[in-house]
Amino acid sequence: MNDVQAAISIRGVGKRYASGHSALRDVNLEIRKGEIFALLGPNGAGKTTLINIVCGIVTATEGRVFADGHDVARDYRAARSMIGLVPQELATDNFESVWDTVSFSRGLFGRAPCPRHIESVLADLSLTDKRNSRILTLSGGMKRRVMIAKALAHEPRILFLDEPTAGVDVELRRDMWALVRRLRDRGVTIILTTHYIEEAEEMADRIGVIDRGSLILVEDKVTLIEKLGKKQLIMQLCRPLPEPPPGLDDWGLELRAGGTELVFTYGNRPNIDLSALVRRLGELSIEFSDMRTHQSSLEEIFVGLVSRRT
Amino acid sequence: MTATRAPRRFNRNAVIAIYRFEVHRALRTLIQSLVTPVITTSLYFIVFGSAIGSRMHSVSGVPYGAFIVPGLIMLALFTESIANASFGIFYPKFTGAIFELLSAPVSPLEIVLGYVGAAASKSIALGLIILATSALFVPLHIMHPAAMIALLLLTATTFSMFGFIIGIWAQGWEQIQLIPALIMTPLTFLGGAFYSIDMLPPAWRTFSLFNPVVYLISAFRWSFYETHDVGIGVSLAFTVGFLAICAGVVAWIFRTGYRLKN
Ligand SMILES: Nc1ncnc2c1ncn2[C@@H]1O[C@H](COP(=O)(O)OP(=O)(O)OP(=O)(O)O)[C@@H](O)[C@H]1O
Ligand SMILES: [Mg+2]
Repeated sequence: MNDVQAAISIRGVGKRYASGHSALRDVNLEIRKGEIFALLGPNGAGKTTLINIVCGIVTATEGRVFADGHDVARDYRAARSMIGLVPQELATDNFESVWDTVSFSRGLFGRAPCPRHIESVLADLSLTDKRNSRILTLSGGMKRRVMIAKALAHEPRILFLDEPTAGVDVELRRDMWALVRRLRDRGVTIILTTHYIEEAEEMADRIGVIDRGSLILVEDKVTLIEKLGKKQLIMQLCRPLPEPPPGLDDWGLELRAGGTELVFTYGNRPNIDLSALVRRLGELSIEFSDMRTHQSSLEEIFVGLVSRRT
Repeated sequence: MTATRAPRRFNRNAVIAIYRFEVHRALRTLIQSLVTPVITTSLYFIVFGSAIGSRMHSVSGVPYGAFIVPGLIMLALFTESIANASFGIFYPKFTGAIFELLSAPVSPLEIVLGYVGAAASKSIALGLIILATSALFVPLHIMHPAAMIALLLLTATTFSMFGFIIGIWAQGWEQIQLIPALIMTPLTFLGGAFYSIDMLPPAWRTFSLFNPVVYLISAFRWSFYETHDVGIGVSLAFTVGFLAICAGVVAWIFRTGYRLKN
């Protein structure tokens, strides 16, 4: 094994459900310790299936998974005690109080009672004043926070968040982002799935994209945006041009918006000298009234990736 | 650091957590859990004990009212053990909360100790309450208290285990009711709770010997009054055998993930 052991190591994992549906195919993935990893993919891609295999809820048809070097199937005690899971669906005993259900989770994961830790988890999630409320009486967003509190009750080193911000308002979403960052600062490895690309863009260190059961890409977020993202310089022309000016052939410019916009796409090319382009335009007496740049977001990259495969 | 804190051998905290959670549920629904069975038992005494007992002097030398007490306790023990244990594991399956149990570092043994232990405790508490209630109606004396307690424990554990299996097998609320209604109720009513099988015509008596419940009730009644329809050894062997079968089924369930995991 490498000296810095992966937090999660997924090797050749495949899953075929009893229905015959093949939900995952030969997934290989290493999650590094201490990183925030975002798993993206359309509905039904297999994100939840993959998380459930790591957490022991679904049995893989093939392949192996290690958590901090422990085989999640054979050495499940060691593997599972360091993992916390916030599932996609809200599922708890509605009739219990917040305090009892969070304490239950801590015990279930083998930790001795520690009211101080439970208190601090509840405080972190702004649930302190709801500690004695029955879960039944909480709003959806609060229930979501209770699920997070349950997952954190045993002080996991690795946390899975399966769509933590689905159906959550903007303010709570920001709170959750802040919480995830605090956890990361304490050294917790975080794997999250989301359909909000801006969330991954905001939070993740690395991004993986699953589409129809295959992991089609794993990349550093910054690299991904650089590599696949387009950067464009768009110049608003004072006089429309019928065709790209011949003197600019080596720049590969294109005309848009009926010849009123001149667009230079430079993506990840190194050593771009934009001032040279502007000087050249001046020499050719091409005047422009405005100029702006555009960088494609993760969402555009993602839509491009997934649609390219269909 | 993580290696030392992981529950390596036995996850005691998990067993305690499950047990407490389950017992707490019963306390929350104290009325259904305890008051209802006490009322039912009292009704049995009024109907069977007083109405029939007044026309019937004694069975096997025991006054009729006292004769039916062990059977009543066993009846409650069967139904409550099955109901408690099947509900205890079915409910998280129904709400989806079972994900947590499946993702926790707990072994099948710990899960069973927690759920079956809690269900058995609840029905034992109930059995003792029924015993106390009956003492208000009839004079009771227990010849073999240690055997009585042992049989109480064994029966509660065995049927809680059986209920646990039903709870995992069931895919809907109706199925939870199905086996108790279809199998247990007839077996108990034909199991000699309210009569001695010696009182039956020979054909029915032979037929009764195929009813496992007969053995349990007979052994339990023996611990009270030293009367028995069938041998104590046979009764014990039967119960232990049934417990072993249930344990085998539970082991198979966890090995294959039957109706627990996809
Ligand atoms: N228990 C099951 N039995 C059969 N098929 C299943 C089961 N669970 C999931 N699937 C199928 O496996 C595929 C992957 O599902 P999964 O829940 O992993 O997707 P997902 O990426 O999490 O989607 P979403 O974004 O909607 O949550 C889907 O086609 C789904 O229908
Ligand atoms: Mg999902």
